Amino acid sequence: MAKVYITTPITEEQVREIKAGDEVLITGTIYTARDAAHRRMVEDLEAGKALPFDAQGAVIYYVGPTPPKPGQVIGSAGPTTSYRMDKYTPEMLKQGVKAVIGKGYRGDEVKAGFVKYGAVYLVSTGGAGALLAKTIETAEVVAYEDLGAEAVRRLTVKEFPTVCIHDAVGGDQYYAGQSKWVKPDAMVKPKKPEAGE
Amino acid sequence: MREIHVDQVAETVARLVQEANFKLEADVVNAINRAMNLEEAPVGQAILLQIQDNYTLADAERVPMCQDTGVAMVFLELGQDVHLVGGSLNEAINRGVAKGYTEGYLRMSMLNDPIKRVNTRNNTPALIYTDVVPGDQLKIKVDCKGGGSENMSQLKMLPPSAGWEGAKRFIVETVANAGPNACPPLIVGVGIGGNFDKSALLAKKSLLRHVGDANPDPEWAAREQELLEEINKLGVGPMGLGGTVTALAVHVEVMGCHITALPVAVNIECHSHRHKEAAL
Repeated sequence: MAKVYITTPITEEQVREIKAGDEVLITGTIYTARDAAHRRMVEDLEAGKALPFDAQGAVIYYVGPTPPKPGQVIGSAGPTTSYRMDKYTPEMLKQGVKAVIGKGYRGDEVKAGFVKYGAVYLVSTGGAGALLAKTIETAEVVAYEDLGAEAVRRLTVKEFPTVCIHDAVGGDQYYAGQSKWVKPDAMVKPKKPEAGE
Repeated sequence: MREIHVDQVAETVARLVQEANFKLEADVVNAINRAMNLEEAPVGQAILLQIQDNYTLADAERVPMCQDTGVAMVFLELGQDVHLVGGSLNEAINRGVAKGYTEGYLRMSMLNDPIKRVNTRNNTPALIYTDVVPGDQLKIKVDCKGGGSENMSQLKMLPPSAGWEGAKRFIVETVANAGPNACPPLIVGVGIGGNFDKSALLAKKSLLRHVGDANPDPEWAAREQELLEEINKLGVGPMGLGGTVTALAVHVEVMGCHITALPVAVNIECHSHRHKEAAL
C-alpha cells in the first residue's frame, strides 16, 4: 500500500496509479456536494443545464460543514455517509468526475461505475471534522446557496488525507481490510465483492 | 414544591448542546483510550489516533468535533415536587436548542417535514423525552446524535422461539451491515422487550449509560460481554478498514413483554458520542 500525492484536476493516468488501500493525499481544488446538491445537479443536467463546476477530472467531497466561526475559513468538515449519493454517482462519473470522497459502503452499480468510467472512491475519517478542516485553505459557495450547509462549495485543500476503497480496476479495500481481521468463527463474514475488470 | 423557571432550562440546554459538541466526556475518552490498547490493526490504530487528535483539537479550539452536530435529544428526569414556572417547558427547550446551535456555530440539520424537507435553520425541533421521578430536581441530559449512525439502526419483532440466539444474531448482523457507514468503533445500544416502540426507547436510553458501565443484572452484563466479543470478531474495525475493535461497548436494557413477542431494537452510536448532563 503506497502513499500517493495527487494534485487536482485528476488525469486518467493519475487515476490508474491509485490502488485500493493506498493512502491518497489530495492537493488543489475539490467541490462539496451531498444529498440535496446532488439531486439539483442531476435535475439541472436533465434540464440541459451545465454543472456548477467543470466536471473533467474533478473531485467531489460529500460534506456539509458547520458554519465558520469568526476568523475560520470553514467550520468542521468531515465526510458524510456515501450510499445516499449512490443514486446520483454514476451520472457524476459519466460527466467526468474522477474521485469522490465520503465514508461507508457503496452499491454495486456505483462500484461498477468506478471501473466503467475510470474513477476512484476515497474515504476519510468520519467524525474527524475539526482535524480535516485544518487541511482546507479556502472555501467559497459556488452554487445552491439556499441549501446552507448543503450548498456546493469550492475548497482549496492541502494534502487532504484519504484512503482508497474502490479503485478503477475493481479493488475493494473494505473487503480486503476486514477479511484480514475477521475471526474464523465470526457470525457474519465480510461481503465478497463482485469480480472486477 | 420547588419552583424552577423555564428560562433556566433554556439556558442550560443552550450550554449543554455546545459543550457536548466541543468536548468529549471522560467515559468516551476512556473507552477510546482502551480501544488504542486493544486494536491490533495498524490502520485501525492510525484511525484511533486521528480520532484522539480530533477531539483534542475540538476541545482546545472550542469547535465541533464532527460537522454533523446532530439532532438535539433532551432527556428530562423531572422531580414530581418541581413546579415549572414562566411558560412552556417544551418551548423553553426548543428555545435553548436554537440559541445553543446558533451561538455555537453548530450545523442546522433539522427539517420541518420528512418529505417537504425545508431546513428550520435553528436545529429545532428538539426531540424531548420526559420521565417523572421522585424528588425536587430537574435533571437534563443532552445527546447530540449524528444521522450516520442513527440511519444504521434496526428494529425487529422476533418470534419468541428465536430466543437469545436469534436476538444475538439480529444484533450482530445489524452491526455488520452498519459497518463503516456508522463511524465505528461504535457504542451499540440494545433494547429487548416491552413492545415495538418501548424496545426502541430502551435501546436509545441504554446509550445514556456511561460507556462501558455494565447492566446491573449479572446475567445481562454477561450477555453484553458476549455481544461485544461477537461484534469484535467481525473484523470491521475503526472506520471499517479492518481491525479488532468494531465496538467500544454494548449496552442492553430489557423489560417484560407479551407472551407472543420478542421485540429487539438496536440503536447504533458512533465513536463521537456527544452527551452532557446537568441538574437544576
